[in-house]
Amino acid sequence: MLINHLLPCGALTDDGASFWLTLREQEKLDLLRLLRSVRLFDRRMVLWQRQGKIGTYAPIEGQEAAQVGSAYALDKTDWIFPSYREQGVAYTVGIPMTSVIQYWSGQIEGCKPPAGYRYVPPTVPIATQLPQAVGAAWAMKKRGETGIAIAYFGDGATSEGDFHEALNFASVYDLPVLFFCQNNGYAISVPFSEQSASKTVAERAAAYDMDAYQVDGNDVLAVYDVVKTARGKQRPVLIEAITYRTGAHTTADDASRYRSEEEVRIWLNRDPLYRYEQLCLSEGLLDEDELIQEDGQVTKQLDRAIREVEKYQPNLPMGLFQHVYHQIPECLKKQQEEVASYADNGSIHC
Amino acid sequence: MLTMVQSIADAQRVALEADESVLLLGEDIGKNGGVFRATEGLWKQFGSERVIDTPLSEAGIVGSALGLAMGGFKPIVEIQFLSFITPAFEQIVSHVARMRLRSQGTFSNSMVIRAPYGGGIGAPELHSDSTEAYFVHTPGLRVVVPSSPFTAKGLLLGAVECPDPVLFLEPLRLYRTQKEEVPADHYILPIDRAKVIKQGEDVTLIGWGAMISLLKEADQLLLEQDISAEIIDVQSLSPIDEVTIFESVKKTGRAVIVHEAPRTCGVGAEIAARLSEEVIDSLEAPIKRVAGYDVPYPLFALEHAYLPSTDKIVRAVMELVYFQ
Ligand SMILES: Cc1ncc(C[n+]2csc(CCOP(=O)(O)OP(=O)(O)O)c2C)c(N)n1
Repeated sequence: MLINHLLPCGALTDDGASFWLTLREQEKLDLLRLLRSVRLFDRRMVLWQRQGKIGTYAPIEGQEAAQVGSAYALDKTDWIFPSYREQGVAYTVGIPMTSVIQYWSGQIEGCKPPAGYRYVPPTVPIATQLPQAVGAAWAMKKRGETGIAIAYFGDGATSEGDFHEALNFASVYDLPVLFFCQNNGYAISVPFSEQSASKTVAERAAAYDMDAYQVDGNDVLAVYDVVKTARGKQRPVLIEAITYRTGAHTTADDASRYRSEEEVRIWLNRDPLYRYEQLCLSEGLLDEDELIQEDGQVTKQLDRAIREVEKYQPNLPMGLFQHVYHQIPECLKKQQEEVASYADNGSIHC
Repeated sequence: MLTMVQSIADAQRVALEADESVLLLGEDIGKNGGVFRATEGLWKQFGSERVIDTPLSEAGIVGSALGLAMGGFKPIVEIQFLSFITPAFEQIVSHVARMRLRSQGTFSNSMVIRAPYGGGIGAPELHSDSTEAYFVHTPGLRVVVPSSPFTAKGLLLGAVECPDPVLFLEPLRLYRTQKEEVPADHYILPIDRAKVIKQGEDVTLIGWGAMISLLKEADQLLLEQDISAEIIDVQSLSPIDEVTIFESVKKTGRAVIVHEAPRTCGVGAEIAARLSEEVIDSLEAPIKRVAGYDVPYPLFALEHAYLPSTDKIVRAVMELVYFQ
């Protein structure tokens, strides 16, 4: 059963109305600000890619509620294992935007989490982060910590062996790990109906004797509610957030080759930001002017962030060699010197 | 005139037309025509029974391709990027490469596994790695790398005809950089031969794939210094055509091997070892490697520093030419 608190028009369902009553005003406003900022950020990234300021980029437009709502339910001590399409999660938990921009600019420094964070660098090989999240949850359980580990992944990831292996381990050892699937309809060009013969991702949980939720992923309230509840269980839970990426798979992809404009239009009408804005406006939480003013501030911050990243000076030769091993092995010193010699004579153009 | 990626699509079209048992399997190869368009138009022409969009599962793709081969089909599999072949590693090294031996020639393991690979295009993390050595280290499997649109089509069709499994590595950097005349019909180039693409006297430059254009550029710079280089395109990394390499180095007395993969246990190490075993008497200087450093392929802001360059090649050649 699909859990839904907020309808596309911005009206609350009965369950939604009860949940809304439990929220503090700060939470309501945070969710709104996060959704808006994340959309602004994501659109800026697409623009910067077009302008050649960053590399290939995987947009999240349409998936903001799934990312913001889930990440907002997390605790600072939770382990987060993102895929490459989790900029909204990063933003919500407080990863600096300079780091995210750096990552998409091919700068390894962007992978380093701020002190105290258990935010793992983005995972590119599909589904490989899932067993790792299981291990991190296992470590927490063994140490008697109360947090959880959450793994983010797409619908395509459910076809990889790692997905099944992770769910099985989590269930066998009864570990506090949330498997958060954003079913955005496609794995690049392959629709979920061709990816899987089971109709939902959530139903896979039954095979592992695991709890599961299927939630409207464009409904920030329902996602927040579900992840909060799942988090409280301290057990393995599979969550399927039904959503849609309204943009391309990446800036290198042409989505018109595999899906119709009509389908996209249907999903634009289910926009996660619009419906929550409607709710907040009708509840008198904010007015349009305040929103516009805040957008201006966020944009300014983002522009500062990209300017900072653009100042990047390649750290050579160390950028290639440090952190590969805990100490640079003796036999790599010669290679390091070679890189230095090219950097010095200017023949490595940066 | 075709680019390499077009010639690869063309080769697959010809293969599908020529042989009913040929099947294409991979992620996004159908409706989307492949993320690089290496199967452009084929789904439309041959339908989804022969050009198959699979679930996102490399072990599933390669394992079932082996079963299909055993059952009488000829799979051509696309792995979206070489880095993502790893979930299928088990299937490849434990089964695809060994089924002929283990069934004592009873079951076919004939298939082509195509994968774009290599760096230099500013791609995201884990989209630029050159991991050919893992596979060259796997007996039973052939590894072939084209370096131009013309050789890509002929070698790919050669791989399709080959009774052994072939890993066909497509240098990403060359997908669209060159156009050349490619015959429209079926033609085959031998997949077990290295090619001398330029004759020279003083030094043999040995490479494959995207390195070939780099070697040609380096050769121009060397000519200005009055150094005459012979260039060998290895093409077949496994089994390797050592004779062609030996003959060249016997003549020039000097060898520089160039590859993007990390130096340690790269294919260059194997070539250097064979040269030192077989032609040491002809060598005027040590054998040199210009290779990637022994570090993970960097995120793209530093890839220029990691990759072989004409500077690095020229420097290596100079060291050999002026070796005392
Ligand atoms: C193991 C592996 N195979 C293939 C790829 C290439 N690839 C990148 S994203 C993608 C589709 C992923 O789809 P999904 O899991 O639904 O996540 P989404 O991109 O929709 O967020 C593919 C095939 C990869 N990154 N890793």
